[in-house]
Order: sequence, then structure tokens, then C-alpha cells
Amino acid sequence: MDLILEGISKAFHLLFTADAEVFGITLLSLYISGTATLISLVVGIATGTAVALTSFPGRRLVVSLINTGMALPPVVVGLFVTIFLWRNGPLGFLEILYTPAAMILAQAVIATPIVTGISLAAMQQLPPKMRLQIRALGATRFQMLFLLMREARLPLLAAVMAGFGGVISEVGASIMVGGNIKGYSRVLTTATVMETSRGNFDIAIALSIILLLIAYLINLILTSIQQRQRPR
Amino acid sequence: MKRRLQWKHLLWIAVVLIAFSAALSPAVAAAPKTVILATTTSTQDSGLLDVLIPIFEKQTGYFVKTIAVGSGQAMAMGQKGEADVLLVHSPAAEKKFVDEGYGINRRLVMHNDFIILGPPQDPAGIKGMKSARDAFKKIAAAGALFVSRGDNSGTHAKEKDVWKAAGLQYEGQKWYQQTGLGMGQTLNVAAEKKGYLLADRGTYLALKKNLGLDILVEGDAILLNIYHVIEVNPAKWPKTNQEGGKAFADFMVAKDTQAIVKTFGVEKFGSPLFFPDAGKKVEDLGK
Repeated sequence: MDLILEGISKAFHLLFTADAEVFGITLLSLYISGTATLISLVVGIATGTAVALTSFPGRRLVVSLINTGMALPPVVVGLFVTIFLWRNGPLGFLEILYTPAAMILAQAVIATPIVTGISLAAMQQLPPKMRLQIRALGATRFQMLFLLMREARLPLLAAVMAGFGGVISEVGASIMVGGNIKGYSRVLTTATVMETSRGNFDIAIALSIILLLIAYLINLILTSIQQRQRPR
Repeated sequence: MKRRLQWKHLLWIAVVLIAFSAALSPAVAAAPKTVILATTTSTQDSGLLDVLIPIFEKQTGYFVKTIAVGSGQAMAMGQKGEADVLLVHSPAAEKKFVDEGYGINRRLVMHNDFIILGPPQDPAGIKGMKSARDAFKKIAAAGALFVSRGDNSGTHAKEKDVWKAAGLQYEGQKWYQQTGLGMGQTLNVAAEKKGYLLADRGTYLALKKNLGLDILVEGDAILLNIYHVIEVNPAKWPKTNQEGGKAFADFMVAKDTQAIVKTFGVEKFGSPLFFPDAGKKVEDLGK
């Protein structure tokens, strides 16, 4: 119990003294996971919408694959991204293994199926007649897409939260492709793992609390927007 | 109108947040020529590299990417040409690595020692024994819980050497458990389960305060823990950063670096964690 209290007081100490290293680690976490989430939103919402609004042979298979992808284990992603990015691997010429760019890539791969799956579900649960009605009112294809997305914006916001929540808390892939390099690719989760194995439990607890605070603040912002706009 | 504005706000928050963190996080600056150092968890967990690497970077202008894994995995990275230089402690495997042409210029850097730890109650009664072999035999005979790294690290290799020297069948035994984790985590597992284990002294000293495990056997010659630096052979892997790897290896055996190694940890733990050995012969260690 003492340890937990010690960790909490250490967390606030690190926060209020704006400890340079912890500050850098926190910003890097936000940058990497934020960028990865943005990429996954572009790819995921487009794919989810496309699959939701069309029908083609093998659609069921595609949907089941997307849903499986939502449970894609980060370590599996980490392993494959590492193998691809090795100097002597297929994408070795990029020379990005053990860089933040590699971490963004891996996290985007993890978040994309999550965003795709939720967007797919969101678009599918719109009343089917709505499309018909919009078209009948003379909307172009793009106008229709825009209107449908507007209609599904609340569940889409859930996709943002799930995607970001998935990657900011992820450790397996980040440590494999980023290498947990001090001042360069060390993020909150990988630093927590390292401090734990170093026996610095108070710092590890402090880092966890910062991680929880960030997750909470971002979801607070998103939730407040989501709830304010609940359709009546 | 009002609703639209809020959505724009959201987008702005995201963009500003990311741009802000990108601008401020140190990582985004263009990296100078990098050296990939594959090493063991003990050098990182003890904090030694946190002291040495900034000095090396300042002296040479290289940027070091330290990948802290077990010695086994570090050598596997070297074999694939995915690292430039190794700092490892698994001598038998290192010799094989160099003999097979994957590494060159293997040089002695430093040593400390392994110790056999266990709960203070010491159910197998090994406290104060002089021979690690006999202590292992006694643990096995008592069927007392033994916790192994089980991850092909240098520590795991040493542990297997001792079992082999004792001539015992340990694998698959009920009292023998493998964690597959690093040294620090394995120490915590052993502490929780009140088991025996082999650990390097440096990591033990660093974690001691939370553990409740005692040193039961130490000082046997078989328990020496020896670190070498090896450059990955550029003839095998042309993409490796040969100059950077060599620069780091030279740095590790340089006089000033060795002086830092000698005093590292004295202030915090009351005794040094590593003993510098550059230029010495392995046979002369521990004498």
C-alpha cells in the first residue's frame, strides 16, 4: 500500500516539476499514438464505409476478417513489422526500424481494423431507406456519403476513442519496433515496463498514472462532444 | 452552425496536439549516423549504459540505438546483420558466434559475478556453501523451487552450465520453473514464490530493496560473469555500420570508459557493479 501511495505522490511530483524526461516521453506517446490514430481514421473509415455500403461476393468473409482484425494481438503486429523492416528485410531500404516512424506504422496497423470494424457497424446500422431518400432528393454520391457519415458521427467518434485507446496503451509492438531507446523511442508504456524490471516501482506507478490521466482526458473531450450532440 | 463549429474544434485540438508534441519531442529531429547496439538487459537495467552512451555520443557524434534483450537474442540479431556491435555475456555462445564468422574483434570489457539467491528460510540448506555445483545438487535433492530465466540469455546459459557440471536432470522437473522474462522480472517472480535462482550481482543489488531474497552462495569460480564486446562482421553483412560498431567497441575498452565502469554504482549501492578488465585475459579474472 505504501508503494502505491509513494507512486501517486511521485507521479504528481513528476507532473508538477515538469520533469524533462517524463515530459518528453509523454509528448512522444501523444505524437506517435495521435498520428497512428489519424492514419487509421483515414484508412479505416473509408474502408468501413465502402464495405458497409456495397455488396459483393465474399463480403461476409471480408467482414469476418475485419472483425478478427479488431482483436489483432499487438505483439503479432510487432513481430511482422520488425521482420519487414529489418535492414535485410523486404522494407529494409526505408531504414526506419527502431524509430518513431516504425512505431507509428505498427500502431496504425493495430488501430486500423478497430476503426474499420466500428465504422462498418456504424454505417450499417443507419436505416437502409435513408440512402434511398437522400438519393431521391437529388444528392450526388459524395454528398450522400458526407450526409451518411454525418448521421453516423457519434458511433464514429467511438471508433476514434477505441482506436486511440488501443494504441496509446499498447506495449508489445512498441517495444519490438521502437526498441525503447532513451530520449528517442521510449514511450509511456515501454518506460513503465523498463522501470518495473529495474525495480523502480514508484516511477513505474507514476508513469502509469500519467498514462491513465492522458487516456482519461482525451476520452473526456471526445465523450463530452459525443454526448452533447446526442440526437434527440 | 453551432454544431459544425464544435466538430472543427475537435479537429483543431487533434492537429494542435500532434503538432505540438511533434515539435517538442526530441525524437523527431533528424538522426545522425546511427549505431545499433544489441546488448543484455543487465547492462541497461543496472543503469550503466545510461551513463556511458551519452559520453560516447558526445565524443563521436554517433547516435546509439540500444536494444536491450538477452545475450541469445542479441547474437541472433548480429547473425542477421540487424545490429552493428554487441555487448554480451555468454562466452561459449560468443566463441561459436565468432568462429562461424558472424563477429570479429571480440574483446574483454568487464566482469562481475553471478550469485545464488534464495529465501532467507533456505529450505534446501545451501547457505554458505562454496561450490555452486553442490548447491544446485542440494536444491534438486530437496526438490525446492528453482526459478530459471529460460530465455537463452547469458544468465540462463550460465545456469545451464552449472546444472551440467552438477550432472543433474532439471528440465521438466516439478520444482524447476522457467519464466521466459528478463532478470529483474525473474527476481520478482522468485521473491514472490520464495524460490532459488541464479542472478547477476548488478541487477540483484539494483533491486535488492524490494526483494527479500538473500545471497546464499557466492565466490565460486564457475560463477564469473564476463562481458565482451563484439563487432558484427561487415564481410557477412555489408549494410552494417562497421565504423560506428568499431568506434563503440573501442570506446568500451578505452581507459577513460574503464575508469567510469570501475566507479559506477559505488555511490548508490556501496560497492561497484562491474570490474573493468580491458586488455586482461579471461583466465586471470577473479584472482
